[in-house]
Amino acid sequence: MFTALHFAIIAPFLAAILVPILYKLVSRIHTGWFVLLVPFLLFIYFIQFLPITSNNESVTAVFDWIPSLGISFAAYVDGLGLLFALLITGIGSLVVLYSIYYLSKEKESLNNFYVYLLMFMGAMLGVVLSDNLIVLYTFWEITSISSFLLISYWYEREKSRYGALKSMLITMLGGFAMLVGIVLLYQMTNTFSIQEIAASSSEILNHPLFLPAMLLILLGAFTKSAQFPFHIWLPDAMEAPTPVSAYLHSATMVKAGIYLVARLSPVFAFSGEWLWLVAGFGITTLFWGSFSAVRHTDLKAILAYSTVSQLGMILSMLGVGAAALHFDSIDNNLYIGATAAALFHLINHATFKGSLFMMVGIVDHETGTRDIRHLGGLMTVMPITFTIAVIGSFSMAGLPPFNGFLSKEMFFTAMLNITTFNLFSVDTIGIVFPIVAWIASIFTFIYSMIIVFKTFGGKLQLNKLPSKPHEAPFGMLISPLVLISLVIVFGFFPNILSYTVIAPAMASILPSVLANGEQFHVDIYFWHGWTLELFMTLGVVALGSLLYLSIRKWSGVYSLFPETLSFNKLYDQTLFTGERAASRITGLYMTGSIRHYLVYIFIFFTAILIATLFGKDALTLTTDNTAPVSVHELILAAMLIFSALTVMFASKRMTVLISLGVTGYTVALFFVIFRAPDLALTQLIIETVSVALFLLCFYHLPNITKDLKKVRFQTGNFIVSLAVGITITLIGISANGTRLFESISGFFPEASYDLAGGKNMVNVILVDFRGTDTLFEILVLGIAALGIFTMIKLRLAGRDRL
Amino acid sequence: MEIVMSIVAGVLFMAGTYLVLSKNMIRIIVGTSVISHGAHLLLLTMAGLKTGAPPLLGLEASNYTDPLPQALILTAIVISFGVTSFFLVLGYRAYKVTGTDDTDGLRGPDAHD
Repeated sequence: MFTALHFAIIAPFLAAILVPILYKLVSRIHTGWFVLLVPFLLFIYFIQFLPITSNNESVTAVFDWIPSLGISFAAYVDGLGLLFALLITGIGSLVVLYSIYYLSKEKESLNNFYVYLLMFMGAMLGVVLSDNLIVLYTFWEITSISSFLLISYWYEREKSRYGALKSMLITMLGGFAMLVGIVLLYQMTNTFSIQEIAASSSEILNHPLFLPAMLLILLGAFTKSAQFPFHIWLPDAMEAPTPVSAYLHSATMVKAGIYLVARLSPVFAFSGEWLWLVAGFGITTLFWGSFSAVRHTDLKAILAYSTVSQLGMILSMLGVGAAALHFDSIDNNLYIGATAAALFHLINHATFKGSLFMMVGIVDHETGTRDIRHLGGLMTVMPITFTIAVIGSFSMAGLPPFNGFLSKEMFFTAMLNITTFNLFSVDTIGIVFPIVAWIASIFTFIYSMIIVFKTFGGKLQLNKLPSKPHEAPFGMLISPLVLISLVIVFGFFPNILSYTVIAPAMASILPSVLANGEQFHVDIYFWHGWTLELFMTLGVVALGSLLYLSIRKWSGVYSLFPETLSFNKLYDQTLFTGERAASRITGLYMTGSIRHYLVYIFIFFTAILIATLFGKDALTLTTDNTAPVSVHELILAAMLIFSALTVMFASKRMTVLISLGVTGYTVALFFVIFRAPDLALTQLIIETVSVALFLLCFYHLPNITKDLKKVRFQTGNFIVSLAVGITITLIGISANGTRLFESISGFFPEASYDLAGGKNMVNVILVDFRGTDTLFEILVLGIAALGIFTMIKLRLAGRDRL
Repeated sequence: MEIVMSIVAGVLFMAGTYLVLSKNMIRIIVGTSVISHGAHLLLLTMAGLKTGAPPLLGLEASNYTDPLPQALILTAIVISFGVTSFFLVLGYRAYKVTGTDDTDGLRGPDAHD
């Protein structure tokens, strides 16, 4: 049944159809205002589900799509799906509002922009609210495509196209891997429904396809969420307009992979591999992203790497949180906290990263540059933007009293808990996690400070700025201000999220931990007492400040890892060598010479046939059914062989021609001997006409060297043709030696007179029993005649008369 | 006799293939002609040789040669004749337009480089 929920999911697509019409008809009003209605109304609609999901209940609505394949558009709203749906529609509304002021009505093709954006929004809603994996995959690919379109929005720029192609290739690679993973899951469970697969997770745990399915699906999630080493597409995607970067590449699309990991945790998380892979890749990405962010000078690039690192952080917490599934009860279950932290940070990251991107967009819009080497001293010029930047960055750095502090504390707790984790006998490795996490947090602190103080602190360098800076229009500031106030609200009152959003989402990720009617206890406090986590944060601030102040002295550390070894280079090199190798291989065999192609064909068929003959032991030589050999037949055979060889090696063209005629007439003689009078007649006439034609042709080619060019004996050609000849002979002999059943020849002597009234059996077959053959043979002759006629008569412009 | 004829057909195929692999257009067309001779002979041989009288009911023989392969060969002869004559004129025309009868001279512009 098609319900309101289904309509809500595809509403953005329907709205996208209307956008170009509105753009053309109502050109006076910025198209964004109409678009704004869609996510806003959807947000209101999805809020209504909160009371349902906060009781750990869910809503399912199934609309059959391809029932015979088990594919149905099953909309499923539970805590996790709703959390994402609210993020998508909520931040979507703010981003549309921001884009109304960011994109000029006159200069930009807004119709394209909003169509792509709405497509993306609908696809994203589809991803997070689908229970059917195939439908999820469909929407997943639409997010990739619409992201590709949005990144290349300014398609006349080369870097936009490069970034779009890169993100497309990488996310599509992951998408296809994921599709294979989905199919493997279907093989194991015979259903595409995530809920049903999760219900049978314990049965498939030891299935041989379990691990491949897990790895392939993780590949899809990691590429989408820009995890190490697939993070390289995200910084290049920053060529998109800033609203797109804020929406897609910080708040929503890159979290699709995180959503997938969270969603499929109940399926896979019982295996140790899942846990260590997710946590391991997450922590690596966290470190690498925050480490790389410090070296960049473009604000959006810094934010891109920071997004990469924060995504890694969320993923590592999800990985650790999955350990909770190994314990049945929620009491004394240390790892539940990690899942709560992951979800909390997911929300926090969407708020502060969205506002930071919008802040950068404002700076770019008002000063004309995003390069921190040119920026500085904007504090007094743009006080509101500065406030946004300070709050956003401090939250990102994990400083109190903002929400980032809370999630960072919870993150440290989760990482410290992993050291006590000894379920899979790798407990010694566990100690690496909190250390790496701590170092990465220091780098996070440093680049957060860079964003604030290099942009707004220091001296104003008016001569380096393309345009004179001033505060942004108020409309542009609304969205980041809303987000930044959320940062503060969630910072001071984190528990408004706890039981409305986070606990229900946790129930979706860790369903087996809860007994009937139980609730997760998510209480987030500022003050835990003098714990190790607090000292770690203090250490981050102290060491981070020190390192930030001395950044010039140690920035040489980046040259330890040379540019030529970077993953971008690897990607470029792979594409380049791939293209060149493909073109070389093609150039190697596609020579343009017909002789080469014929040689391939002959060799291929000969090899296949010979291999089959010997492989199947089909080679037989019997003389049981053969006709006796007489001398005059042998003489004819020798003549035929001789004339064929003469044709083969003769260099005078008249010799070739006469030998060809001899061949044809000898064949006619064979037809006489082998009791085929009609064949002999036809063969004689046709051979005569053919020879005449050849003669005519030769006569009319006066400019061709009188003799065919001296025929050089070509060993290669000869070997190939010898192989062909031997194959034919062997097949002929073998076929003759094996008769599987009687032929139908007994039918014709009786039937041709009784049924067809003719005594010449061959002619009766030709015109009566198998008359259709003859009809089309006539057609062939007719076409050949017409073709020859046209070829001779056809005059191309400027050609001589033939 | 069938074994001898198989060998003969093999030789015809060999000669035809060798001609088809040469660079001269006329030789290629001659090659197709030779191959079709081989194919016709092979068809006839596969049906069994000299199993009876020619397939004419008026002869009132006790058994006749299989007429079906003969009908097939007749069709094939006519078709190969049509194709050969078309090829001949095509080769002639190609020579007129390009001024060469060397297939290496008939390559299109090289796509890869």
